[in-house]
Amino acid sequence: MPETTTGALIYQILELLPFLKELPEFLHIPMLMFVTGLIPVTVISLVGLVGVYMERKVSAFMQIRLGPMEYGPWGTLQTLADGIKLMGKEDIIPREADKPLFILAPIAAFVGVFLLFIAIPFDRDIIVVDLNVGIFYLAAVASIEVVGIIMAGWASNNKWSLLGAMREAAQVVAYEIPVGICLVTVVIVSGSFSMVDIVEEQKGLFLNWFIFRNPVMWVVFIAFIIASLAELKRAPFDLPEAESELVSGFHTEYSGMRFSIFFIAEYGAMFVASALIAILFLGGYYTGIPFLDNIDGILGILIRVGALFGKAFAFLFLQMWIRWTLPRIRLDQMFYLCYKVLVPFGFVAMIITAFWQMVLPGDGFMSLGWAPGLGK
Amino acid sequence: MSFYEGLLFYLLAATAVLPGVMILFSRDIVHAAFWLLASLAGVAGLYLYLGADFLGFTQVMIYIGGIMILIIFGLMVTHKQKISLSQLAQKRLLVPAVITGGIILTALLYVINKTTWKPTASEEMEPTSADIGYLLMSDYLLPFEIASIVLLVGLVGGVYIARRKEREA
Repeated sequence: MPETTTGALIYQILELLPFLKELPEFLHIPMLMFVTGLIPVTVISLVGLVGVYMERKVSAFMQIRLGPMEYGPWGTLQTLADGIKLMGKEDIIPREADKPLFILAPIAAFVGVFLLFIAIPFDRDIIVVDLNVGIFYLAAVASIEVVGIIMAGWASNNKWSLLGAMREAAQVVAYEIPVGICLVTVVIVSGSFSMVDIVEEQKGLFLNWFIFRNPVMWVVFIAFIIASLAELKRAPFDLPEAESELVSGFHTEYSGMRFSIFFIAEYGAMFVASALIAILFLGGYYTGIPFLDNIDGILGILIRVGALFGKAFAFLFLQMWIRWTLPRIRLDQMFYLCYKVLVPFGFVAMIITAFWQMVLPGDGFMSLGWAPGLGK
Repeated sequence: MSFYEGLLFYLLAATAVLPGVMILFSRDIVHAAFWLLASLAGVAGLYLYLGADFLGFTQVMIYIGGIMILIIFGLMVTHKQKISLSQLAQKRLLVPAVITGGIILTALLYVINKTTWKPTASEEMEPTSADIGYLLMSDYLLPFEIASIVLLVGLVGGVYIARRKEREA
């Protein structure tokens, strides 16, 4: 096999699928690319499937309804049925639309989300590539989805779509600043850009999690949750879609599979944001109970992957809870919240964190002498 | 260089160059902007290919995430109808265009001739972000600070212009 600098996941795949080694030499790299590419696509699709069902059930329970109940037990097959329906629909492209951009837009949005999954660690070794600039990579790649949405808004040649796309551009460019500040604060604490290093730094008792590292980290944590909601254009920041004003914003003209690709990309991005909150502040794939984290073998892997998915789905639920509780905020309120609330609070928390790291390097509260012997 | 490294290089180089050519031939100004985006993405890929991971992702973040979105945003705000580039390309602009193009071409050729090229990438992929950080905070601290002051001046100027219009209105 050729030597690769990519993550350990590739080697694990080779262990699981020995017939890959039997293939002729020149097919190795394409096969590895195909297999490693298949994993994020599968995870995104499954998360989309579960996420859409969850959204419907959560919204139904919040409004004292039952939600989908027809297909499968408790309506669990409803999303699958919808998917089949969407695939059977006629592929409509408006006559006046910009055809190549109209077709390219959902693909660009999906590629943006696909690239995000590459740097998410589900376990120490279950990560497609552990880039040494992992967190910076995520911040950079997160903007590609926006390109797809702006493309959709422009190509539809429809004023609602264009207005939605312009709102999206303004909102995302504005909220990149608080998100960036939160990420820098986490990097100051962890001392590394690598996603695996960030999680490994939080190993041990749950007091080691970054949210408990210093007295202002919870401010960063809340700022990151709010800013990520805005980056995801989820309610109460769903101005680019705003059904009551813009029909349905940038995807007004989309139907069938193209529409559902936007939808799957949105749920994929929601999952990545939830997983990121867990990874950056709440110990990632560690449960926070040392004896559970020290289990080796397949059981340990299951516990750690389960811990990450559990935390991520908890935040997915939080996003839905917020969506079905709060009304949409106005455009000026959205900018006020970003520039006059999140940015100043973020900067102050970042400066305090930097000084805290200089005075008390290491484990934060743990190094103050509390809870002796419970550290790493 | 193995077969796949070569293939990767030529794919990335094509992604950087072909959209650049397409900018010149596209009729719609928004299409030209999206072609520029593709070209910049190709350049980012070339940086990554050469092992400059931090530089490559900075290129994606600044150009694709920031500048290109703002350019497209500006085009959407200012052009209600589709504007063809042939409409913009008028004969009276020929002489200034040739002069500007000539100056840029000469400067580029001069730089290309002056540079000592290292045709092979370093064998080992080494992390660059830590070194960049140390250099910015030690040897290149003054340029770094000057760049931040330039940005601050731009920010203050932007706020001032926006506020003045508000008072006049």
